Amino acid sequence: MDGQGTSTVAAGSAPTAKSYVDIVAVDKGFGGVRALSGVNLSIARGSVHALVGENGAGKSTLSRVIAGLIMPDAGEVRIDGTPAILHSPRDALARGIASIAQELELVPSLTVAENVFLGSEPRRGGFIRRRALRAQFNTLVAEAGFDLKADAVVSTLRTADRQKVEILRALSRRASLIIMDEPTAALSGSDVQRLHEVVRTLARTGRTVLFVSHFLKEVLSLADTVTILRDGHLVRTGPSAVETESSLIEGMLGRTLGSVFPAKPDAPNGSPPVLEVSGLRAPGVNGVDLTVHAGEIVGLAGLVGAGRSEIAHAILGAARATAGTVAVRGERLYGRSPTVALRRGVALVPESRKEQGLFLDRSVTQNATLASLRSFSVGSWIRRGPERKAASDALASVTVRAARNSVPVSALSGGNQQKVLFARALLCRPCMLIADEPTRGVDVGSRRAIYDLLVEQATRGVGVLVISSDIEEVLGLAHRVVVIRGGRVAAELSGSEMTNQAVLTAAFAEQAGPTRAEPEKASS
Amino acid sequence: MTTNTKTPETHSELPPAGARTGISEALHIRSWRSAAIVVPFVVLFVVLSVASGPFLTTSNLLNIADQQSAVLIIAVASTLVLIAGGIDLSVGATYALSAVVSAQVAVSHGVALGIVTGMALGIVAGLINGIVTTFFRVNSLIATLATALIFSGIAAKLSNGNLIVLTNQPAYAKIAQTQFLGVRMSIWLALAVIIVLGLLLSRTTNGRYIYAAGGNAQAARLAGVRINFVVILAFTINGAAAALGGIIDTSRVLSAQSSSGGNTLTFLVLTGIVVGGTSILGGAGAIWRTVVGVLFIALVGNGFDLLGLDPLYEQITLGIILLVAVGTDAWSRLRQS
Repeated sequence: MDGQGTSTVAAGSAPTAKSYVDIVAVDKGFGGVRALSGVNLSIARGSVHALVGENGAGKSTLSRVIAGLIMPDAGEVRIDGTPAILHSPRDALARGIASIAQELELVPSLTVAENVFLGSEPRRGGFIRRRALRAQFNTLVAEAGFDLKADAVVSTLRTADRQKVEILRALSRRASLIIMDEPTAALSGSDVQRLHEVVRTLARTGRTVLFVSHFLKEVLSLADTVTILRDGHLVRTGPSAVETESSLIEGMLGRTLGSVFPAKPDAPNGSPPVLEVSGLRAPGVNGVDLTVHAGEIVGLAGLVGAGRSEIAHAILGAARATAGTVAVRGERLYGRSPTVALRRGVALVPESRKEQGLFLDRSVTQNATLASLRSFSVGSWIRRGPERKAASDALASVTVRAARNSVPVSALSGGNQQKVLFARALLCRPCMLIADEPTRGVDVGSRRAIYDLLVEQATRGVGVLVISSDIEEVLGLAHRVVVIRGGRVAAELSGSEMTNQAVLTAAFAEQAGPTRAEPEKASS
Repeated sequence: MTTNTKTPETHSELPPAGARTGISEALHIRSWRSAAIVVPFVVLFVVLSVASGPFLTTSNLLNIADQQSAVLIIAVASTLVLIAGGIDLSVGATYALSAVVSAQVAVSHGVALGIVTGMALGIVAGLINGIVTTFFRVNSLIATLATALIFSGIAAKLSNGNLIVLTNQPAYAKIAQTQFLGVRMSIWLALAVIIVLGLLLSRTTNGRYIYAAGGNAQAARLAGVRINFVVILAFTINGAAAALGGIIDTSRVLSAQSSSGGNTLTFLVLTGIVVGGTSILGGAGAIWRTVVGVLFIALVGNGFDLLGLDPLYEQITLGIILLVAVGTDAWSRLRQS
């Protein structure tokens, strides 16, 4: 495992003289999934260091190890050459490491200065010394080179300015390494530029910045050093000057998954469309056209946050569409709600099992039959015999393994829980099945069973829409891939156009810099 | 009417499968939690039977049931609201409003119209609670706190705070006081409500949807459950139950007053539900639990009377029981996760 890539720092070797933080042979697993395997990394003092990789490559895990949010299973973190055990963000902060969360943790009703010094206000006998607070703030803000008013209430600030407040808070606690996870993901064009300026200022004043980003242009223009991760392994670390967008993409690709996928059924020829979406607009969806034919598997690819799940929810009517139409088997859906969509044959296996899918206290049977109760009921009266029979048949057909179907669904493994949700969808006899991240957090065995299931549905003439962050999965299953970026269709690929490269290029294209597409609606 | 066309009529039992560790452990905790209220109830029942001669007599037990009939009816219906993920603090006010108006109308226009008006008021009150908490998205705790003030204010205004006496309408007493097979009508009515709502919750689609709405609203919505409808249904049933409780109690004593019921009743109802083991977080619970919980509290009160204990300690005891019940629930949740 360790021989992969071209990492120069071998486990146990002395870190280079100028390195500030060293990651040495770090392993981290989450319930059988190896998020990091033997990763080595050196971060030089005063540098801007970027982490790139596909979704799930281990970027966030690595940055969280350094931030003290999670402990590695093996290996160590060294700070200035000495091993450091970071149990918590507090420990990390004591060593000068602070992380700026994706979800900013500010008190919106307090002012900038109050937020910066929250919990460490200068005080005398329980009273805050307001003048001292102001003075300290002014020193800090001048030192950081930011332009920020002490008395502005945080809730009135733009996201980029709120990030500055977070950064100031870190600096006030003498942080010298600032970790940012996707700092520009929530920003619009001009704010992206402002944040870039902030990062440059930090580096100029001797701080070190480690950031995770999906935006390759941003990485190339901002970072001194780039580290590429793939499937929890280090691919390489090098100066960004020698990298290009395509070299980064190449580095992020290249998994060999073997025959994880079932044979694709023949693409249906001239079968009627079961789902026609046109001009659909909803929160996070900015005008989407999409057609799925009977027997066809369409993959919906794109980065996390590109609006894929939002499209699914808008189709189902779970999110209010502001414009556009959805037609099922040629008939337009009116009065849209999930209830209506479901009765017309559109079933969704949601993205997040626990939050959007399961009723953990309820039995496996009841979880499976919830959406199709009417088919075993006389009026409102549930006939429990037929219900149990239908549930056990459906659960068997999706190969759920449970001791009894009367146990609470929380007793099942993640893979089996996911299959229960498939059983729920299939019990509705859908003509259109939408599976959002169908294999997230699912073991390899169940993964194949779920793929088989999707393919089987397609061969029966069901239209299937697979939303996935795993490009291999999308390419391995789908007849056609639709790439989503910024809530729009960025590319539609079929046949020989369906390559990793093409999907990633479309997903990443024009994301960074001032040319970035539409500014998002004001988030304040 | 939905007809069953998809599945054959065979009632086959589920195929037995190999036991798995982990699952049995979960089941153990579950069954232990299930039994939690039954054990103290049985213990208390036995202790009272031994300690007090008059306790285990038909007349005493029927008397308890008669006194508790209104609380039982309201608590059982409120259980639906709690499982659906809401809470109804207005049951005491609805009870008083329905009782007062029903009595006033009975005095002036006859018993039948009095009962109909009282019930209709309860249903309307429940509908209002349901609509405010769903379509207007007001948290049910706040919404029903507000409507409780409004309903009890209306009741006080309509009756000018006076006791309304039904001596000219002795027929009103028949609602609760008629004997059937040696048992009062109030008890039969409570039994009927318990059975109907018990079946509604456990055996009908809307019952399932109530659990789903309270257990995981987002998942329920994506599975096609009309959550608003289900929540409004629960609140409306609860309003009707509060009205029925008010009418039964008016019939038992042949008088009504706007100051009766109120917050004391509301808290008694909630105590019974929570002591029974229905979670205030929604999504879990059962009708039988509430029945046992309410009767448990009634037994405590009865015990204080029969054993001649200082009634001042009764409230303290109830408070401790409530804390123990909620604490046990929280603790078992912690163990589960």
